[in-house]
Order: sequence, then C-alpha cells, then structure tokens
Amino acid sequence: MATDTLNQQGHASGHDHDHDHDHHDAAGTKVFGFWVYLMSDLVIFGSLFATYAVLLRGTADGPTPGEIFELPFILVETFLLLFSSFTYGMAVLAMNANQTQKVLKWLGITFLLGAAFVGMEIYEFAHLIHIGYGPDRSGFLSAFFTLVGTHGLHVTFGLIWILVMLIQVKQRGLDDMVRPRIMCLSLFWHFLDIVWICVFSFVYLMGVL
Amino acid sequence: MSGHANDHHSHGSVKSYVIGLILSIVLTIIPFGAVMTGAFDTGATLILIVGTAVAQVLVQLVLFMHMNTKADEGWNFMSFVFTVAILVLVIGGSLWIMYHLHHNMMIG
Repeated sequence: MATDTLNQQGHASGHDHDHDHDHHDAAGTKVFGFWVYLMSDLVIFGSLFATYAVLLRGTADGPTPGEIFELPFILVETFLLLFSSFTYGMAVLAMNANQTQKVLKWLGITFLLGAAFVGMEIYEFAHLIHIGYGPDRSGFLSAFFTLVGTHGLHVTFGLIWILVMLIQVKQRGLDDMVRPRIMCLSLFWHFLDIVWICVFSFVYLMGVL
Repeated sequence: MSGHANDHHSHGSVKSYVIGLILSIVLTIIPFGAVMTGAFDTGATLILIVGTAVAQVLVQLVLFMHMNTKADEGWNFMSFVFTVAILVLVIGGSLWIMYHLHHNMMIG
C-alpha cells in the first residue's frame, strides 16, 4: 500500500535501503495509523447508510427519493470527484519522482475539482431547503441530509487539508515531514471517492429506481 | 517487508491510475444508463447497480489506494476485512431487524 510508495521513494532517490529503514518505518506507521482512522470513519458512514436505509420509507407524506433527485446533476458531481481522485494520484506520482512544481499543479487541480463538487452539493441542498424539502420535512430527508452532508463535510475538510499541503510543499519542499502527510491525504481523498460511489449507487440511483 | 518483488504493482504508475479511471467511468456509466433508460426490469437493475458499485469500490481500493495483502505485513488488509465484517453486521442487522419490526407491527 502507501507504505510501499514511501519505501519506493527511498529507492528512487538513491539512498541505501538499510540506512533509511528507520524513518521509512516511522512514516509507514504514520500512514498505517491513518488507515486505521479511515476504517473507523468507514464505520461512521456505515451507520449513516444503515440509518438512511431504515428511514427511506419514512417520507411523512413528503417527497419520495425519486421526486427530488436530479440524476444528470449528480452524475456531474460523481465525475468531478472521480477525476479529482485521479489527479490526486498524479500528484503522488509527481511526489515519488521528486517534481515539486508538478505536485503543486496536480494538488491545485484536485482542489478546484473538489471545490466544484462541494459547490454543486451546496447548491443542491440550498435548492431542496428552498422548496421546503429540508432535513426537517421527513425522516427520509433527515437521513439523506445527514448522510450526504457528512460526506460533503469530509470533502470540505479535505479541501482545507489540500490548501495546507499546498502551502507546506511551497515552504518546505518535499521533505520527510511533508511526504507522509501527502500520502495520508491521498488515502483520505480516495476514501471519500469510494464512499461517494456508495452514495451515488445506493442513495441516488436506487432512489430513482 | 517492503520487498522489491511487488514494487511494480504496489505503488501505482500513470498506467494503473489511467486504467482505474477508465474502469471507474465505465462502471459509473453502466448503472446510470440502465436507470435513465429503464432498459431492464427493476430486479435486474438493482443487481446491476450493486454489482457495478462493488466492482468500482474494488477497482479504486486496488488501483487508487493500492490495497493489497502484503503491505505492512497484511495489517492494512486485515483491518479492512474486520471493518467490512462490522459493516455487514451494522447494515445487514439494522435492515433485518427493522424489516421484521415493520412486518410484525403491520406498518410496512
């Protein structure tokens, strides 16, 4: 996994493997610890999905999922996040090749795609609340706003994290402090795209079915 | 531990990310098209949505997050398997219990 990326980076920059072993293990432990956090975050999303599934039929004479979801709009959101996941991968490859400028460029593109995603989600939420279908309307809408909103909040924090990394890469370069952080953020960002696949499939597509 | 043996497929390359991207696009378009056109009946479309979603999650886990059974002596993978077990209990259990509750109370 990500640990190997860090190890591989050590090989690429030509260090002696045994000499670098200690700090690679430290970096690897950091990334693994972050992975464990992601697994616990996955349990949070799992409970929210379960809540949504249980409350799905509780529409309280309000709108049903099929009446309020605009699938083409959601498809654009899905592709924005998918492409941002890809561009973050490009940033990690650039980091492994020690190309600081390229890392900044790809991180910047990832930020813009992520920001567009959050913008579209805020628009969707504002529109629903405006026409009277806010989270207070029914059990279904409460669960919907909680699940999708929690994901959107995660993406927003990911955006803040990307901004911080842009500043740190600019100030410090790709040093041993910055590299594990970029690896952790890459796991975080890919993880959020994977959660979104489930939101797209189980909430939106199945909702319209 | 780190091992040169799996260097070629554990940390990704432009090629593996592009393959992951293309597969993800295809696995998104297929269920979207099925739902929009209504080409299949509801049962078949449901299976298609679940199937493509699981496939795309696996594609991204392997090609984007580089999950495998060897990194960190398998601890990444083991913690993931453990979490999936918890998810099956939480989501499957909730649905099971609530379905029977609705059924027995005759409200659903």
